Amino acid sequence: MTIKDLSKKYEFYLFIIIISLCILFTFCTKEFLTIENFLDLLTNYSFLGIMSAGMLIVLISGGIDLSFTAIATISEYMIALIIINYSGNLLTAFVVSCCIGIILGSFNAFIIYYFKAPSLIVTIATLNIFYGFIILVTKGRWIYNFPIWFRETKNIFEFTSGNGTEYGITLPVLLLLFVFSITYILLNHTFLGRKIIAFGGNQEAARRMGFNILHITIFVYAFMGFLAGVGAISHVLIVQTVQANAIVGRELEVIAAVVLGGASLAGGKGTILGTILGVTLIAIMWNGLVLMGISSYWHQVILGLIIIISVISSAYSSRKSILGGTKIDIK
Amino acid sequence: MLIVILIFLTILFSIFLPGKVFSVGNFQSMAYQLPELSILAIAMMITMLSGGINLSIIATANTSGIITATILTRLITADSGNSFYISVIAILAGWTAAFLIGIVNGFIIAHIGVSPILSTLGMMTVLQGLNILYTKGYVISGFPPEILFIGNGTILGIPFALIIFLIIAFIISILLDRTPFGLSNYLIGSNETASYLSGINVKKTLIWTYAISGLLCGVASTIMISHFNSARAGYGASYLLVTILAAVLGGVNPYGGLGKVSGLVIALFILQIASSGLNLLGVSTHFTKALWGIILIFVIGLRNIKFKNNIKKLI
Repeated sequence: MTIKDLSKKYEFYLFIIIISLCILFTFCTKEFLTIENFLDLLTNYSFLGIMSAGMLIVLISGGIDLSFTAIATISEYMIALIIINYSGNLLTAFVVSCCIGIILGSFNAFIIYYFKAPSLIVTIATLNIFYGFIILVTKGRWIYNFPIWFRETKNIFEFTSGNGTEYGITLPVLLLLFVFSITYILLNHTFLGRKIIAFGGNQEAARRMGFNILHITIFVYAFMGFLAGVGAISHVLIVQTVQANAIVGRELEVIAAVVLGGASLAGGKGTILGTILGVTLIAIMWNGLVLMGISSYWHQVILGLIIIISVISSAYSSRKSILGGTKIDIK
Repeated sequence: MLIVILIFLTILFSIFLPGKVFSVGNFQSMAYQLPELSILAIAMMITMLSGGINLSIIATANTSGIITATILTRLITADSGNSFYISVIAILAGWTAAFLIGIVNGFIIAHIGVSPILSTLGMMTVLQGLNILYTKGYVISGFPPEILFIGNGTILGIPFALIIFLIIAFIISILLDRTPFGLSNYLIGSNETASYLSGINVKKTLIWTYAISGLLCGVASTIMISHFNSARAGYGASYLLVTILAAVLGGVNPYGGLGKVSGLVIALFILQIASSGLNLLGVSTHFTKALWGIILIFVIGLRNIKFKNNIKKLI
């Protein structure tokens, strides 16, 4: 692949932006280019990454899901219930959390499919339903009395750095890698993935091809729910507390990351590589801003600008490619 | 159907809460709450009619309110005699800001071709961020009596805000039903390509749609800040779901092209009666929120069944 081919790719530009941001932050702050910071970043943004993979699939299928944060919150309370009240182990918590995600995600899918309603409106409604009920049941209580073994199952490979601080690859990071790889395989190497892309590209065409639209819809939203369950586990492992308002409201960050990665709401477009780069860009940007000591009030403004600029640029590039397609070569 | 629900609710609350929901006091408080929500719902509705959505209505309203409030509190001091002109300027400045935000939304959607969900979502985030950045989460308060009159005063016993709302509902329903702009807006909602091919200036119409939506947010914000006697970044955060719910309940097709202001107004009455009834019953606000979600899904389901039956009849 030559530079000319690369320059046509959206991901290439993202990569250049990330590299230049890294160089900028390395010069501006001492703490940025250290292995501790890198591993911390990876752990802290694993939740964002896991959710983004699910959102990518939903966006590729031509839908949108805003209710996953509420699903993840419900899963977190269930994890806490299992581990604290029933003294279950991590695996049962994981399985139950994912099952809740799959069930609630399928609920979204059924409504979207049978009521023929826009996914945005349905998931705004279910966000309020799920979140309203979980607050009603738990009264918004904070839970932080996790057993000691739970607090210590964080690092998998531990090693000590030169100055004596211990750090390691954490379980959330492994979950993140797992999620990215299954999403990659799903999109690029399975028939189902191809179906989802085709469905997002043109729903009517996909239906007439004989694809079972119900199955695809259920799979897409259940997958999002499943990843909300995985994300819930990783989030609980990182923060060691369960609180009702920790995740709800972070939908935008996830959508921003995926859209930044080149996915479009029109469906049928988006790659896992782009999403990974989008998440990386947001993570590095946040981290750099914090290290440079910029007020957190700015974060939301910058997030919004990222969303607007990235949707505008991707709309421009897709329009260019359509115009480019109509060019007639006289020679 | 909506009228039936309204009558049903009336009977239900008369039995369970006799003399409470339908008391003069409750009606008055409803008459003060209804206008700001209703104007925001109209702002949401006209974009939904064009097949889009405007998620930035609340943020736009708060930005506009904060601008108005800043001008009011900065310019009016104890010794400046007549505060009337300053109030007018402040309100117009807020409306202009809201109108410009709407134009930017419309431009991004119509000319650049970004989906309405994403561009208004981005706009919402930017505006919310700016609001918090500017106010630092504090409240801006202290308005002259002219401003307070808008949200709290009455003319012949009718709340002034309610009169504003009725005028706006009237203007918008004329605009939608009797003008080329309104009809093009409906047509774009049902089929954008067809309207483009039949010679409608889709881009111009869409920009106007979002600009009007923005302007309505500005008007709602004036009533809102006057009602609360303050402006803040977080007012009306729970209104977004309710405005979508009211629009869909009032018969607006979530994919665009169908819906009337009259349906929306009845839907808003239903929601207002239901919410004050639930409030008087002592139901938790979180439950109410969940209930709104359930009703929204239920209504969408009913619409779909009705739509299928209509198609069967046609065939």
